[in-house]
Amino acid sequence: MTTPLAEVASSASTLRAFLHGLPGVDRVGADARAAMLATRSIKTTAKKQAIDLAISMVDLTTLEGADTPGKVRAMCAKAMQPDPMDPSVPAVAAVCVYPDLVATAVQALAGSGVKVASVATAFPSGRSSLEVKVTETALAVAAGAAEIDMVIDRGAFLAGDHVKVFEEIAAVKAACGQSHLKVILETGELATYDNVRRASWLAMIAGADFIKTSTGKVSPAATLPVTLIMLEAVRDFLSATGRKVGVKPAGGIRTTKDAIKYLVLVNETAGPDWLDPDWFRLGASSLLNDLLMQRQKMATGRYAGPDYFTLD
Amino acid sequence: MSERVAAQAMERLAVRKTYKLFIGGAFPRSESGRSYVVTSSKGEFLANASKASRKDARDAVSAARKAFPGWSGATAYNRGQILYRVAEMLEGRRAQFVAEVVDADGVSAKKAAELVDAAVDRLVWYAGWSDKIGAIQGSANPVAGPYFNLSSPEPTGVVAVVAPPMGPLLGLVSVIAPVIVTGNTCVVVASERAPLPSITLAEVLATSDLPGGVVNILTGSAAEIAPWLAGHMDVNAIDLTGADAELAVTCEELAAENLKRVLRPPAAKVDWLADPGTGRMTAFLETKTVWHPIGT
Repeated sequence: MTTPLAEVASSASTLRAFLHGLPGVDRVGADARAAMLATRSIKTTAKKQAIDLAISMVDLTTLEGADTPGKVRAMCAKAMQPDPMDPSVPAVAAVCVYPDLVATAVQALAGSGVKVASVATAFPSGRSSLEVKVTETALAVAAGAAEIDMVIDRGAFLAGDHVKVFEEIAAVKAACGQSHLKVILETGELATYDNVRRASWLAMIAGADFIKTSTGKVSPAATLPVTLIMLEAVRDFLSATGRKVGVKPAGGIRTTKDAIKYLVLVNETAGPDWLDPDWFRLGASSLLNDLLMQRQKMATGRYAGPDYFTLD
Repeated sequence: MSERVAAQAMERLAVRKTYKLFIGGAFPRSESGRSYVVTSSKGEFLANASKASRKDARDAVSAARKAFPGWSGATAYNRGQILYRVAEMLEGRRAQFVAEVVDADGVSAKKAAELVDAAVDRLVWYAGWSDKIGAIQGSANPVAGPYFNLSSPEPTGVVAVVAPPMGPLLGLVSVIAPVIVTGNTCVVVASERAPLPSITLAEVLATSDLPGGVVNILTGSAAEIAPWLAGHMDVNAIDLTGADAELAVTCEELAAENLKRVLRPPAAKVDWLADPGTGRMTAFLETKTVWHPIGT
């Protein structure tokens, strides 16, 4: 890191030199480290705490072509009070919807403290012109989205056109105004862990407030090793620049056990400072019911059943 | 030297069987890693069996729930065919079951053969009921309006079964078959004293077209596992046939929370060889009534 970070984006060659100068990821080592941390046993009171923390970190998401205002309103009601039978359950961090449903969600969540996030920039493929992406972002922000989840142009990234990716992120960040920008790397399409590390740094230098693993539309979505690499990146970015960036794994996290594995990973990699909904989120939909079922099991001592929780 | 080598060659090492659980069509060890010693009725060592924990019970309920839509959605005719297939496979292992029943119950080989034959016949008998139970439990109801009004029996869902401690094969078949023939799926807590025929039965089930998860068999302590199943909110009914009086009360109290159907333990000793009647099937059925307008 001989070039100061502020200057690495000044030309295509310095950006390329910086990203390719990042140390390579030891794939076997990263997989083994993630697998080892996943064996930690979190029980009783620690588990109770972890479940509540995980619930407060959930970005409750619906990104289907069939989404209706009614479905979004129902999801917002659940976001504010995940278990109507138990007011001690914390609210989730945010709901995540398509831009055209932001206004509906904002209205439903008014005054609750639950944020509205919107995907934008030709989600999930990112295949459109910069004008369309910026306009879509501006529309979502105007509708009241507090957080924007953008996708990077994976085609450009894989073709080596890092500047294009950088400039798109910077332009969308500018269009966000006060809203937080989450940059989706879609790690399932980046092919290597080295690319995940490069894309993480690229997004952070370009101004991302959060880096997010996946859209949820591509398999594999979030995995523990990929999240580990991104957590290392935000930790190193903080020490290099003094700016703190959040991480959001999304897609494929369905059980409480999975969620707790991610929390362990955060604590052991980036540190306990990131164990906060402002700095770590879990993008999920079915995960919430499993967290609620586990919570009820711990409270009542009997195994819970899915019939007693809302479908979403 | 050569004599010793020859003697060693003659003495074949016994191949000891490992008895495991049967969950979701697979044979896992207990999550807890525990096992217990199973002895014959005369107290001789027979084998080690897995001692299931509450987490094994939880996994078994998940497997049963997952299997329910497919199994209850299959045609009654198809379920009957599969049960008949189970009977065929059981018949093919007759000698093995006879030996296991002799060990477990201490009965004569002749009596054991009679019990195994009765178990095969019981399966065939229940297999026949699959597409006929609707005829005696369903009805076309006369109503004062322009409607066809039809009632038909539907499976309850996931049924927990505490298998009888005596009659390790016939008793077991007689409690499992009526539960699954109507489309329920089940989690069975096998006889603690004589669990080996139940795992051998699981091997029969695993090789007879029965979808994985329709029958899940746990070996171990009923007193330990059954209350967890009775309290489980995703279990729809519990058959307490094999529970002692104290355990039955505990389980029935726990089962009240989500209004499970409860089949209480029989008041008198059951003769498993007798005609079972339809009671064990109808205990785990719901009635669905459909009002269909006439002439539209």
